[in-house]
Amino acid sequence: MLRFDNVGLRYGVGPEVLRDLDFSIAPQSFQFLTGPSGAGKTTMLKLMLLSLKPTRGTIHIFGAEAGALSKDEITALRRRIGVVFQDFRLLDHLTTYENVALPLRVMGRDEAGYRAEVVELLRWVGLGDRMNALPPVLSGGEKQRAAIARALIVRPELLLADEPTGNVDPSLARRLLRLFVELHKSGTAVVIATHDLSLMDQFGYARRLVVGDGQLRVFEGDPR
Amino acid sequence: MNDDAQAIPADSQLKRDMPLVPADSIAGRALVVVIAIMTFLACLTAGGAILIGEASQAWRGDVSRDVTIQIKPRAGEDVDAVVAAAAEVASRAPGVADALAYSKAQSEAILAPWLGDGVDLGQLPIPRLIIVHMQAGHRDDFEPLRAALAAGAPAASLDDHRLWLSRLDVMAGAIVVFAAALFALMIVAMGTAVGFATRGAMAGAREIVEVLHFVGAADSYIADQFQGHFFRLGLKGAAIGGGAAAAFFAVAAFASFVARRTSAGAEIAALFGAFRLGLPGYAAIAVIAGAIAVLTGVLSRRIVFRQLSVLL
Repeated sequence: MLRFDNVGLRYGVGPEVLRDLDFSIAPQSFQFLTGPSGAGKTTMLKLMLLSLKPTRGTIHIFGAEAGALSKDEITALRRRIGVVFQDFRLLDHLTTYENVALPLRVMGRDEAGYRAEVVELLRWVGLGDRMNALPPVLSGGEKQRAAIARALIVRPELLLADEPTGNVDPSLARRLLRLFVELHKSGTAVVIATHDLSLMDQFGYARRLVVGDGQLRVFEGDPR
Repeated sequence: MNDDAQAIPADSQLKRDMPLVPADSIAGRALVVVIAIMTFLACLTAGGAILIGEASQAWRGDVSRDVTIQIKPRAGEDVDAVVAAAAEVASRAPGVADALAYSKAQSEAILAPWLGDGVDLGQLPIPRLIIVHMQAGHRDDFEPLRAALAAGAPAASLDDHRLWLSRLDVMAGAIVVFAAALFALMIVAMGTAVGFATRGAMAGAREIVEVLHFVGAADSYIADQFQGHFFRLGLKGAAIGGGAAAAFFAVAAFASFVARRTSAGAEIAALFGAFRLGLPGYAAIAVIAGAIAVLTGVLSRRIVFRQLSVLL
């Protein structure tokens, strides 16, 4: 599904911030991307999302070499990826409902056709009574849930989540993770960037991709 | 996902379909004002050119309808008899509707405004004039009249006003060129303002553009959103500017109508007509306003595409 071959990244003429990245994400797999703050987790996610170009090496995604893709092809691939940003990236002038429905709206789908599934998902993540609220009046946890719902609404083949439980209490974090697990069980490959060890310990079977000193080490999870 | 299924909210219960590019911003309001002013000036220019063009056509019609026969007094000649003979010849020439000979007093009266009342014009050899009205359909065909005068009144010279007509044509052409140049400058200025506003809006909406990209929006979809946004702003500004220009011409026409009995009003009316733009003129204002709105949308779309091309 996603493969990095000898990928390196530098900004300008500076040193490589990430180097010799060789790993793959298999379909229907579940992994954590971890490492200390500033190690490059978010940068790794941006490379996976094709919003950054590597300065060397190749990235293959859904069977295509990323460097050879046109903008339209990248757009088509992004529709198969769900992403949860650390800073949520909700559009402040749109309601919670509109934010969550955004991926379907940009696909040109009819609003009447997706309203039921958006509402159902919003209720599931506990935002059923906040559908008409604008993000500036949502709490951090509510924004987090809205961001997650926006990533899930297209039932992506690959989910990239950057610190998705960073702003919620432990019980809600467990509930949201259960959502990710359910999604994984239904066939989605999940990559969760986090430095929360206790969270990772709850999922011992998950792979751990550890970023540090610009390099990546992969630790396979415990067999279930 | 949800076991306790609840009713789907009705249309009225959900706020949705907000434009993806926020509709209201300070930059947007400033752009509306700029477009309104530019549209107003562009419509004034176009309307003014139409009025001048129509007035010049009216002058041209007046001047080309008449020709003037001039008879210079010569010593030992009965000028009244020569004038009467020339008028007779002219009135019988093909294409002539009638010929009106000015008396000596009338000819002197024509010169009075330039020479003043204190001059004894009786001592001067004042040329005598015969005004010839041509029949419709013969307004450019003076050769039979010229030939008849050469044969029957050789002392008469015919002025068909071609010099004035050519000067009117040059003046009308110059006004049209000047108006077109002004119009082009306004469009360039407006395009530049739209360009700045679009780049500003793109910079302000950078996060929106990034999010749209990440959720799978194609460049064309994003460009559509900005085009729609700027088209709406352009339409608003153009409607205000075009409406103001139409109102200006309507008020000017009314004021001209009211003032036509005063001497100044009569002079202005003679020069520029009655300021009545007419339906084609108001239609031109509507077309200009619509074109400016479309131009605003199309221009912003091009700029957005150019900006998006450098983003991943």
